[in-house]
This record gives sequence, C-alpha cells and structure tokens, in this order.
Amino acid sequence: MTAHAKCAKKFLADEPRADWHDETLWLVRTKRDRAAAAVDEWEALREQASQIKEEALANLNGLLKQFEAEATKNGAKVLWATDAEEFNRIILDIIRQHKAMNVVKSKSMLTEECGMNAFLLKAGIEVVDTDLGERIIQFRHEMPSHIVLPAIHLKKEEIGATFHEKLGTAAGASDPVYLTHAARLHLRRKFLAAEVAMTGVNFAVAETGSVVVCTNEGNADMGVQAAPVQIHCMGIEKIIPRQRDLGVFTRLLARNATGQAVTTYTSHYMRPKPQGAMYIVIVDNGRFKHLTQRSYASSLKCIRCGGCLNTCPVFRRSGGHSYGYVIPGPIGSILAPERSRAGGIDLPFASSLCGSCSNVCPVKIDIHEQLYRWRQDLTLQRRTSFVKRVAMCVAGFVLSSNARYNFAGALGRFAVKYLPRFLLYLPLNVWGKARELPVPPRESFKQWYKRSHNQ
Amino acid sequence: MRFHVGLFIPCYIDTFYPQVGIATLRLLERLGVEVVYPLKQTCCGQPLANSGSEHEAAACYRHFVDCFKGFDYVVTPSGSCAWQVKHHFDIIEQTDEVRHLRATTYELCEFLTDILKVDGLKARFPHRVGIHQSCHGLRLMKLASASELIERSYSKVRQLLNQVEGIEIVELDRKDECCGFGGTFSVVEPEVSAKMGRDRIADHERHGAEYITSYDMSCLMHLEGILRRQKKPLKIIHIAEILNS
Repeated sequence: MTAHAKCAKKFLADEPRADWHDETLWLVRTKRDRAAAAVDEWEALREQASQIKEEALANLNGLLKQFEAEATKNGAKVLWATDAEEFNRIILDIIRQHKAMNVVKSKSMLTEECGMNAFLLKAGIEVVDTDLGERIIQFRHEMPSHIVLPAIHLKKEEIGATFHEKLGTAAGASDPVYLTHAARLHLRRKFLAAEVAMTGVNFAVAETGSVVVCTNEGNADMGVQAAPVQIHCMGIEKIIPRQRDLGVFTRLLARNATGQAVTTYTSHYMRPKPQGAMYIVIVDNGRFKHLTQRSYASSLKCIRCGGCLNTCPVFRRSGGHSYGYVIPGPIGSILAPERSRAGGIDLPFASSLCGSCSNVCPVKIDIHEQLYRWRQDLTLQRRTSFVKRVAMCVAGFVLSSNARYNFAGALGRFAVKYLPRFLLYLPLNVWGKARELPVPPRESFKQWYKRSHNQ
Repeated sequence: MRFHVGLFIPCYIDTFYPQVGIATLRLLERLGVEVVYPLKQTCCGQPLANSGSEHEAAACYRHFVDCFKGFDYVVTPSGSCAWQVKHHFDIIEQTDEVRHLRATTYELCEFLTDILKVDGLKARFPHRVGIHQSCHGLRLMKLASASELIERSYSKVRQLLNQVEGIEIVELDRKDECCGFGGTFSVVEPEVSAKMGRDRIADHERHGAEYITSYDMSCLMHLEGILRRQKKPLKIIHIAEILNS
C-alpha cells in the first residue's frame, strides 16, 4: 500500500468520524455552488482569472522587478529568498535587528512550507499564530489539515479539551462562542505585546507595489496595526499585474473557498506606519524551476482557495494529514512530486481522476490532467516500484495481441468460476477485500458474437 | 442514412458482462445501424495509461487503430474508454487513420443523441432507477452538465431515459459524486475506493432506487462487487440494457 493509502485506511477506521469530515466539507462545496451560481458571469470570471495569472507567470521577472521598484518607492523593504533556509534566516535577522521577542503571524502556507515556526523556535523565538484554526493546531503541535480550514479535522469537543489545557477554559466546555471568546482574549494580549507582525500574501500588485491579505478574522490587521514592524511573506507566484485585476480574484476567492461573497477583511498594505518598518520577503523555494516544467507550470496559478480540497471525494474521505505534504488535496498532489522533499510520489495516484477539481478551480488549472501526466512521468523517471513497472510491461504485452488477450480473459473467467473461495480471496486479491469479483459468464461477448454470427 | 459503425466492446464487458455488449449491438441494429464487431479487438489501453505506463500501452493503441480503421464511426458502451481513445491516443504517430478514428469515436449515448438523433425510442423499463454519472463521461466527454460548472443544465443520458416507458428516475443527494472505481485506483487505494462506493450506494438506497444505471460498466462492476458483498437487493444495469429492454 502507498503511504497515502495507509494513512487513509487509518482515517477511515473511524467511519462515523470520516462521514462527519466528508459531510462538513461537502457542505462547504454546496455553499460554494450557491455562491458561484449567483454570479451570472462565473465561468467568464474563471477564464479571465486564468488569463491574468498566465500573463503574470509569463512576465514574472519583469513584474517582480516592477513590484520591487514600486514597493521600495512606497517605503517598504523588499528582500529575496532563494530557498526555505534563506527565507528563515532573513526572518530571524529582521526579528533580531529590531530586538523583538514577541512575534504574531496571520495565516501563511508559505511559512508552513519553509518550516519557519520550528526554525524560529530553535532560535528562541515563539511565533504565535493568530488565525483561530492555526492557533488551535499550534497548541496541539499538528500540521494544518486544510489550506483554508486548518483545524477542520477536529471536533469542537477536542478543541474544548485543548483550550481547557492551554487557556484554562471550563473542563468539558465545547460551545463554539465560549471557546472563540476565550481565544479572542488570549490573542488580544498577544497582539498588544507583539513587536513584529507577520502575514502571508494573497495578491501582490506589481503596478502599485502593494500586498493584499484576505482574512475572515481581521487577525492580519490586528497584528499589523499594533506592531511597529510588519513582515509580509510571499511566493513569487502571488504577483498580479494591475490593481484592476484584483477585483476578478477577490470575487472568485471567497466564493470558491467558503461560499462567502467576499472575505470579511481584504486588507491592502502599501507603506510602513510612521516610525514603523515594512518588509516584503519574496520567496522562490523551487518555484522558478517548477515554472520551467511546461506540463506543470500552470499549477503556480493557484490562489489557494481550497476549492479542490472540498470537492475532492478522496480528500473528504482521507483527511488532509494523509497526504504528508504541506498543501494537501488535488493541488498539493501535483505540486508535491516536484517540490516536496519527501517525494510525494504516491500522491498523483491518490485520485480517481474524477476531474471535479479542475471544474471548481477558479483559475482553471487542469489538475486532473496534471495528475495523469505525473503518473506517466514518475514511471518514466523510474520513481514508481519495479514490480509495478514489470506488471505493466506484461499487461501491455497481453493487451496488444488478440490471442494473448483472449487467453487471459478465458483464464480470468475460469479462475473466478472454478477456484475455491479461499484461494480466490487471498489477501493478494486487493479488489476482493471489500468487493465480490464479477460472476463469470458462460462465454465472453466475443465468443457469443462468433457463435451467433457463424464466424 | 446508413452508417458503417465499428463496435468496440471494452475488455471488462467482453470478459465479464457479455449481456451489455449484446444489448448495445441489438440496440444499434434495431435503430438501423450497420454494425461490425472487429474480432481481433482487445482493449483501449486505459488500465496501463491510468497506472502511469502509457508508453507500455502504445502497442495496444496501435493494435486498436488497426482493428478499427476505415469505419464511419466507432461506438462503445463506455464513456471512459471512448475518452481514452479520443484524448490519450496522442502518444502514437498521428496518421490520417489515427486522427479520423479519434475524431469519430463515440460513447453510445452521445452517438444516439448527437448522430442518430434518436427520438421516440421503443423501450419499457418499469422500475425506479438512479443515474450514476460516471466521471469521464460526465466531466470529460460532457454527456451532461456537471454540478461544479455554472452552465445550462442538460443531460444526453436523461434525454434517452426519458423516452423509456414506465421508468422512474430517482434524484440523488449528490448528483455526480465519483463512485470510487477510478481504474487501478480501486486497488491502489482500496479503502477510499470502497468507502466512496458504499457512499454512492447509500445515496441510491436513501432515494428508493431499485437499479443503479450508468453508461460505464466499470463503475457498475465496482458497485456490484460491493452490493453483492453486502448482500443488498439494489441492482446494477448498464444503460444499453435499459434502452434495449
């Protein structure tokens, strides 16, 4: 079994809980459907967003330079990181330079990708995640299981137990309003004490040099407005050319993510506060190399709405942690084989290729096509198992000849018909674990055709 | 108009579900189509390609082209296999023969609605039937509007089933969720695959279906395997069998 299949098996061992996970995310998907259907030009918007992103990726170098020039003019300091190590070092340098000890951070998948929290902790700096879901999993020392809903794998009772331990809420309390209030009080103190506030970046506008951050909790603003130093962390692919492009994406993002018309807060950061400092750290970490891979470059159009996770029938029934990569679900499965240090080679196979992901994608990434393509490339790169490659070679030999094919079919029917059940359903028969084999017919279609057409 | 049609019966139908092939053949003949079944045919190669070994499937693709050259149309009772020929036969040399074959390969339902423009089909199937919209036929072959897209609602499958006397089509909670077959996915990810199948079945049961139908027997083979293991009364039936009833 592949790593993902093993984790999925564990996830499915508690079937009622798996059903709850599936239904929760399906509800998000149906909300998305309603929100999308309310926009007459939805499909045209997707096309427009896709084209803007393609334009941006095609002119990435120029747009990044333009962005740097504009941002610098605005008074921000722009820094560049080639990889995760350099990124982490840059962040630590900024924090040390400002002699800061208290750092808050709103949601950023990039910092997760770079392992920044763990790196800073080793250097004695504890970063407080201020997104509620992120804070919950930070308390529990877990990874996000979803890129938009990081604690979606947890039930409110489990969150209540965690808050009881970490925040002193009443034992057994699981009322979401009560728990959220406790988190607000806790985070308020962290906001007020913070000397450095970090954010992720949803969009970086080349024309204006500003960065745009979308949140529902206002936690990016709470951090940035209270702390003298603000750091915005972005991957190179967050660039969009013009301010007027932004509306296309803000209309798509929240609708496709959660079914809201727009995120509660859409914050535009342009220049530092008086006596403050503003840093924008732009990270490559494998993205430029990824862009040179023609079949897979378009995966960098992703705006991290999480729509493909919510719609994916496999994700809903295996959970985000089963993917073993920072970005789980269909989009993560086409990023991981290129970018994951762990390899992620099982992930393109963790899909039934149903194509729902490509249909919901707001920037029209052909996710299912890339999953298919990765399967081919992983085989050609000999990153799949030897046994499987040999088996496929044999199958190709059988299926390319009428005689060999007919023989194999007859053998199959014979085996299912005459082998005793215990032999037929040995553990080797993975199909038979949860399903019966088909009832073998008296003759194949081909045999019937020959007989009835006297051939 | 008389068409010269090549009938492609996918490997798993040939081997395990000959009645589906027979229904397809009889249905087409009843509608006045001249059907030829090339005897040397094997498989479209999808099991290999789906597993990441399309280069091992090239010989199989060429064999397929060899079997099916020279027809006006090639028709198959499978959305998934039709898609394989139309979309993934791009790794072999694109001769005129190959290009013609790829352009004229049809899934059965769309051949009936788009080419034969069947109206007033004489069939009777007095049962409650749920439609499992197999993914490749739905989202790739576009046999019906998909729930994710904001588009005009249509269905070539319903267009045909609506012509069947006595049939009652049941509406499902999730009208186009994947059943979890996914070719080799069914054995690479056996637990998720089986869970998806059980959920798909439960949706049909909740709405009182007697039959699950589809234009793809492979999905139905997976669902039937689960139904029989669970000893459930719900039955599966290929759409060709309903249309030919």
